[in-house]
Amino acid sequence: MSKKWFITNRMTFTFILLGLVIFLFIIVPLIKMIAASDPDILLDTLLDPQVRGAIWLSLYAAIIATIVGFVLGVPLAYLLARTEFPGKKLLEGLIDVPIVIPHTAAGIALLFVFGRNFWAGKAFHLIGIDFVDSTAGIVIAMLFVSVPFLIDSAKEGFKKVDVRLEKVSRTLGASPWQAFFRISLPLTWRSILAGSIMMWARGISEFGAIIILAYHPMIASTLIFERFESYGLAYSQPVAVLLIIICLFIFIGLRTIVYRGEKT
Amino acid sequence: MIQIKNLYVDLKDFRLQDINLSVSEGEYFIVLGPTGAGKTVLLESIAGLYPIESGEIWLRGKEVTQLEPEKRGISIVYQDHALFPHLSVKDNIIFGLKLRKQTKPEAEAALDWIAGLLGISHLLNRKPNTLSGGEQQKVALARALSIKPEVLLLDEPLSALDPETREGVQKELRQLHNRLKVTTIHVTHDFEEAIALGDHIAVLGEGCIKQVGTPEQIFRQPNSEFTARFAMARNIFAGEVIDRGNGNTMFCTEDIELAVVTDLRGKLHASVRPEDILISPELLHSSARNSFGGTITYIADRGSTFYLTVNLPPDFVCLITRRSLEEMGLAEGQKVYITFKASAIHIF
Repeated sequence: MSKKWFITNRMTFTFILLGLVIFLFIIVPLIKMIAASDPDILLDTLLDPQVRGAIWLSLYAAIIATIVGFVLGVPLAYLLARTEFPGKKLLEGLIDVPIVIPHTAAGIALLFVFGRNFWAGKAFHLIGIDFVDSTAGIVIAMLFVSVPFLIDSAKEGFKKVDVRLEKVSRTLGASPWQAFFRISLPLTWRSILAGSIMMWARGISEFGAIIILAYHPMIASTLIFERFESYGLAYSQPVAVLLIIICLFIFIGLRTIVYRGEKT
Repeated sequence: MIQIKNLYVDLKDFRLQDINLSVSEGEYFIVLGPTGAGKTVLLESIAGLYPIESGEIWLRGKEVTQLEPEKRGISIVYQDHALFPHLSVKDNIIFGLKLRKQTKPEAEAALDWIAGLLGISHLLNRKPNTLSGGEQQKVALARALSIKPEVLLLDEPLSALDPETREGVQKELRQLHNRLKVTTIHVTHDFEEAIALGDHIAVLGEGCIKQVGTPEQIFRQPNSEFTARFAMARNIFAGEVIDRGNGNTMFCTEDIELAVVTDLRGKLHASVRPEDILISPELLHSSARNSFGGTITYIADRGSTFYLTVNLPPDFVCLITRRSLEEMGLAEGQKVYITFKASAIHIF
């Protein structure tokens, strides 16, 4: 690049510099942490049953939360994309509230409904599900804070499907269910999958709401916190590195699937 | 065959009301109206895709007003074709057949028949987004016809196409209808398209049906200012194109013979735009093939322009500016000559 380029593209150059600062801010701590880890200690950590259990629980509980979010959230997203009613904007705003409130506050709010002394807690207790200090509690905490990502993404996806496609399918003999499953849903799957990945990732990274509702059994983020509090940086770092590496692999894999679909 | 009785549809900013239409078996019925007149909503109401406030829809003597769209047997082709983008052309066409639980051989046979009829057999494995506008149109028609509908609804089927394609598709629509005799309701804002295709035409404007009649009735005897304004934009004549030899193609009506440029032959329509007609006090010697003498019978003031009706017979409506009118001192009852080129006549 010549000197002239910098003069004629001053704005682009400035933006690149600014962008570089924030990019480095994101990437340097992650790289530093991974680079500073000793492979032997990492291996030892990986063989530690408590660590493996916690990471597995993080992934697993987030998957359950995502499945529940899919079943309950996608129909809602469809309704929001297809219908107009008074108070719709307010409803959409409320759905996004979990994103903006402090997550410890979210955990306390959940305790008020799903705690043992409260109605939903009692009702679920009757069918053998307790939320305090249980996997079920982790799942609902993840669901609460992450389902807006799935709903919003699916809603935007449904909005992009021309309603005439559904109408044509109806005239050709499709019931409303068939029109949804054969036309709307297949045309929205990429948005829904992208939303599901976001929701799952957000679920895995959740910490605040979970320590209020279910400190035990320990998920990875709780374990990192506990080891940091009890033993210090050196002991929490390998767990964090492992979680990041596993998540990166899975996300890169899933995103590749989504983008490959986009090209064809 | 299909009757619409006192249909009332609320579209928020305006409404369709007192819509009464009766379409016979096998008829090609046109609903003609300006953009934004609610034509698409009318079709969707007939198909059961748009909620109606009141009124009745009868199909073959049975009331279908409350019937779900999938049980009516009414197909629709939208202006933008609305092909399912995730399905191949083949899967688009057999979409309705699959839902009808047809066996594979039955569906294949129906597919072959309809694809052959529309000449799209070579496109079956393509995805809709790789097709041209005209091809998409045919696929949408094939998909709509595959289920052998009682009624075919066409929403501005020609307006999304470029002019060259349009003429061909218009002809094909007519031929297709002659072969299949599917009762068709076609909405359009194009007057000539309506005249060329319709067995009957209903003029829709200001939320209600202004006039129903044969094409001749609509442009000969418009019963309202609204219909007249539609027809006013053109001089339209019914007649026959005859080859006189030596490259002389003539369009003959009862009153007049016009020199035209066209490859079409037979009983057709001709139109001349009012703005394409020259007015002169003397016979003009020019390259224009059509020149006739007549009398000004009516002058309509449109502000900076005037519409003159010149009776030869028949009546020709001509558009001139205020300045031309004043400079030539034209008045009703005056004798003038009208001149226009053979290529200014549109045959359809």
